[in-house]
Amino acid sequence: MLDNPQKPLVSVRDLKMHFPIYAGLFRRRVGEVKAVDGISFDVMEGETLGLVGESGCGKSTAGRSVLRLYDITSGQIEIDGRQIGDTPQNQLRGMRPTMQMVFQDPQASLNPRMTVEAIIREPLDEHTTLTPTEKRDKVAELMDAVGLNRKFAGRYPHAFSGGQRQRIGIARALALNPKFIVCDEPIAALDVSIQAQVVNLLEDLQEKYGLTYLFISHDLSMVRHIATRVAVMYLGKVVELADRETLFADPQHPYTQALLSAVPEPDPSLARKTERIILQGDVPSPSKPPKGCNFCTRCPAAMDICKTGEPEYREIAPGRFAACHLHNPT
Amino acid sequence: MLTFTIRRLLLSIPTLLFIAFVIFMLLELAPGDPMAQMPLTIPPEVKEKMRLALGLGEPWWVRFPLWLKQFFIVEPQYWIDSAFGTNFADGAQRIISFQSRSPVFDTIAQRMPQTLWVVGMSYVVGVLIALPIGIISAYRQYSVFDQTGTFVSMIGFSVPPFFSGVLLIVIFSVQLKWLPSIYDTTHVVNSWDSFVVQLRQMIMPVMVLALQTTAQVSRYMRASMLDNLTQDYVRTARAKGMSESVVVMKHVLRNSMIPVITVIALGIPAIFGGAIITEQIFKVNGLGQLLIIALQGNDIPMVMTITFLLAVLIVMMNLIADVLYGILDPRIRYD
Repeated sequence: MLDNPQKPLVSVRDLKMHFPIYAGLFRRRVGEVKAVDGISFDVMEGETLGLVGESGCGKSTAGRSVLRLYDITSGQIEIDGRQIGDTPQNQLRGMRPTMQMVFQDPQASLNPRMTVEAIIREPLDEHTTLTPTEKRDKVAELMDAVGLNRKFAGRYPHAFSGGQRQRIGIARALALNPKFIVCDEPIAALDVSIQAQVVNLLEDLQEKYGLTYLFISHDLSMVRHIATRVAVMYLGKVVELADRETLFADPQHPYTQALLSAVPEPDPSLARKTERIILQGDVPSPSKPPKGCNFCTRCPAAMDICKTGEPEYREIAPGRFAACHLHNPT
Repeated sequence: MLTFTIRRLLLSIPTLLFIAFVIFMLLELAPGDPMAQMPLTIPPEVKEKMRLALGLGEPWWVRFPLWLKQFFIVEPQYWIDSAFGTNFADGAQRIISFQSRSPVFDTIAQRMPQTLWVVGMSYVVGVLIALPIGIISAYRQYSVFDQTGTFVSMIGFSVPPFFSGVLLIVIFSVQLKWLPSIYDTTHVVNSWDSFVVQLRQMIMPVMVLALQTTAQVSRYMRASMLDNLTQDYVRTARAKGMSESVVVMKHVLRNSMIPVITVIALGIPAIFGGAIITEQIFKVNGLGQLLIIALQGNDIPMVMTITFLLAVLIVMMNLIADVLYGILDPRIRYD
């Protein structure tokens, strides 16, 4: 990272999350779903790293694994100077205030039997020693920060709209002054006008509290709007990572090129001119990834080497990473 | 909520009247004669007089309203009289059993404590065992504990009490001679020793019945817990950094209890119905046994009254379950 003098707040090295598959009469372990299969990236302090990819490529699993909501298979995760890759869950609890998560489905991720105030206050009860009055003030302050009326504190989540529920989720994540927030498709379940509001809110909060985001999304235009750098995932691996501008202007990996060509173009005259790269076939099952490069079954530029050797994930230009045999040093 | 409850209570009145009518007509139209058990040496005309003395000479449209009047007006008057020493009833005719010729409600009041002690206690014990089993089974799904729990509840579902009861008697009373095989209703608890005797005679019937309750409730609890354990808000709670006990007991359990409480509430009327088979096996002279004897003897007032009381309880418990649902789940509002 020559052109990036900031220090990384989060650094992930070779993270693997494999889910075992049990089958047969005795429920023996017959294989595993390699949801995340060796990814590495850094998230700089104060930046937003966008994580994009199609459904089922392991984006959400990657986000949850980074926060150790799963017991990961292997790899190192360092958040704010602490290695948390193999810390047991009960010791991890004390570190949770630093790292928080905003979830995809704002309806399901809020306990239906707790009022908004109880939802936001619960982390304060667990991790701080504030008095009840201070807690109430803090809850009201957080509700102001995310643009919710304080009067709604006594209501239950079902009484809110999708956008308001996501605001509750964000207020809840902010309660403990975290440094790092994983936003797991926070806008996917919202309609477009509300998406813009929530994304702007996230940006405002980032500025106000100096937050660092890992922003998971399949919406490329939204990622282009919010992210500083973008990582592209395919079948459990990061295939390309670069600055937003460079990645969108000059994608290096064939998968990124195909993905970007699929972004709808609002101008009809331009839309007719753009050439789409249509990928053939389906994504292979993550329980049986193909030999060699994961993308070789669908890659328009596949070579012989792609079917035998796995491409190395390396820095092909300063600040630009890709895993593709096309960029092998000659 | 209050409006809802009152509206439901009012609505239950026609329901219960209809149930009463159906029970009455079923008993009326069913074959069987209260005089059938009488010796054949009694001449037919004497039998006819006895029938008239029982009030059977009147047609059903006279007897049914009479029963309603006795049940809803005369009997409550007698209760008030006995409680406050007043004289509202003024010697009016009560519901009289054909067999014993004593008021039906007096007999029920005598039988009630035994049934409540044995069957009610078994329900409480069953639920208390079932809840932790269900919670742990769900939390450690497919573990040895869960597999054992599944096996035991399978036994509870499939082994009828007339087998498990007799098996327990053979093992603990006949072979080991630890516990009495007959429940002594006349036993008075007035000291520690007599309390121990009471406990010993209660253990077997209570456990036989509790096995059934446990099997059922623990399955419901487990299913409901599993349902909620995979919910997103549980992951949220973990991400908040809540301790595992808070996550399970506060977030998951509270949400899981909603359907389970309904199941438990709807099972309560069955307690008052007594456990007919189990009461027979252990010779507990409770309500279940009373009902069976009344059925055998064509004791129409007794059968009618007990069955109707059960219907009232079922309707009430349904209402209570609905109200509880509304209290426990903020998403449900009845107003």
